[in-house]
Amino acid sequence: MAQQTTGDYQTLNTLETFGFLPKLTQDEIYAQINYIIAQGWTPAIEHEHPSRAFDHYWTMWKLPFFGETNLNNVVEELDACRRSYPDHHIRLTGYDNYTQGQGSCFVVYEAR
Amino acid sequence: MAKQYEAGVKEYREKYWTPDYVPLDTDLLACFKCTGQPGVPREEVAAAVAAESSTGTWSTVWSELLTDLEYYKGRAYRIEDVPGDSESFYAFIAYPIDLFEEGSIVNVLTSLVGNVFGFKALKHLRLEDIRFPIAYIKTCGGPPAGIQVERDRLNKYGRPMLGATIKPKLGLSAKNYGRAVYECLRGGLDLTKDDENVNSQPFMRWRDRFEFVAMAIDKAERETGERKGHYLNVTAATPEDMYERAEFAKEVGCPIIMHDFLTGGFTANTGLANWCRKNGMLLHIHRAMHAVIDRHPKHGIHFRVLAKCLRLSGGDHLHTGTVVGKLEGDRNSTLGFVDQLRESFVPEDRARGVFFDQDWGSLPGVFAVASGGIHVWHMPALVTIFGDDSVLQFGGGTQGHPWGNAAGAAANRVALEASVKARNEGRQIEKEGKDILMEAARHSPELAIAMETWKEIKFEFETVDKLDVG
Repeated sequence: MAQQTTGDYQTLNTLETFGFLPKLTQDEIYAQINYIIAQGWTPAIEHEHPSRAFDHYWTMWKLPFFGETNLNNVVEELDACRRSYPDHHIRLTGYDNYTQGQGSCFVVYEAR
Repeated sequence: MAKQYEAGVKEYREKYWTPDYVPLDTDLLACFKCTGQPGVPREEVAAAVAAESSTGTWSTVWSELLTDLEYYKGRAYRIEDVPGDSESFYAFIAYPIDLFEEGSIVNVLTSLVGNVFGFKALKHLRLEDIRFPIAYIKTCGGPPAGIQVERDRLNKYGRPMLGATIKPKLGLSAKNYGRAVYECLRGGLDLTKDDENVNSQPFMRWRDRFEFVAMAIDKAERETGERKGHYLNVTAATPEDMYERAEFAKEVGCPIIMHDFLTGGFTANTGLANWCRKNGMLLHIHRAMHAVIDRHPKHGIHFRVLAKCLRLSGGDHLHTGTVVGKLEGDRNSTLGFVDQLRESFVPEDRARGVFFDQDWGSLPGVFAVASGGIHVWHMPALVTIFGDDSVLQFGGGTQGHPWGNAAGAAANRVALEASVKARNEGRQIEKEGKDILMEAARHSPELAIAMETWKEIKFEFETVDKLDVG
């Protein structure tokens, strides 16, 4: 098969996990949130301007949603964050207090 | 009343076969697979192993009476049949903790797998497992960083990390080598690796390699917005050379270095792990020479023991085989020692070749590294077998892509993320692997051509070292 890219092979600016998949649909985002909840992890939302996206720490949107098991509440918070910061990347983390780390973390919405 | 000295040769089992002994929590326990010479009773063989790997020698000596051998001796306390094998048997031996220097894997192995392996009364001997008491584990440094700290430093969450060994493994100039690294990293890999054979040969001296690789990492990070690394191999002829290289790797800003723990040796490895802990560096461990020691089913040391020793000596990554690729590895047996690397407690499980409960206490976990003859078609199986806390390394499977390293890296990254996403959605990814990859390839010409390239490559040979099951 001939190379299907135009010109040379371009580097992608990606945002870690799931950065190489097509933009997630709403249903696909819901499935990943449900996975975080089903693992017993705490969902948390962070946002940052693309120019500072390489920083380890992004700004937290409220506190992590401790004890939250309702998908819709997490989705509403994601949307509220997006309305407030349309020009920021927004990522969702699943905090795992057993490993004291992040069980999952991926960018849900890229900056517009 | 004090004992009297009687010179002469006694049967080992008089002193070292103690079937009523109940092991202490502080004892170091070992399971050996023994194959005695014809006519030697099992109890005598087991007792001989216990004696020769602890306090005993072939003859009674007067100076024994100056100490309390009951306190120091190893004891054979159980014998079991090996399922499906009438020639061999398992001997379980308990060693008092005071037989070993604190924090010294070197000392433990020198005792347990020392002279006893050449003992004439034995045809074969294999160390199958060691139960390290928590009291001993607390004296060992362990992984310099551990799984969680490495994830935080490299910002990799919710998926296995993706790597590749740079090829061809020998002969590239430093600048061309850095190019191959850069192409892999910009294309979507998290980490690349020096081949184990790459140390500091005339065609590429280590200092030049380190400098060009550091530039490659830096550029790939700036362009992709992701954190990257390359395991700079600091394995060297002398400890002094090793530390000099490690210092320079830190100076050029590389987050991780690499060591071969068996050819380099446990003294070098433990020292380097301590250096890494002190200097905020990650440590990748390769295992050249392991198959010499661990492949024969009746003689040597099982890899699960070497893996446990490495976790105690120190390392953040350890190669474990792939199960599905070009190198030897039974699935259950592999899962058995992968648990030993990552979990804080592993219960006895004979179906996985685990002979003892093992409490790891607070020792950090080690990433399992799957490397060797794997390609995109294996991805769903690898994610299922190894889970998130692993590094999946595709050498030929990245750099053999018809469009080059960057496209090969992208193909692997797409396949990995598609597999993880599908798993999180509750799909049976090993069974539905083909569908998941085909769907993902619709959005990724790089993956489509990779699947076309490697569709017929399989490595299906019988495992030489099988688990003992009836």
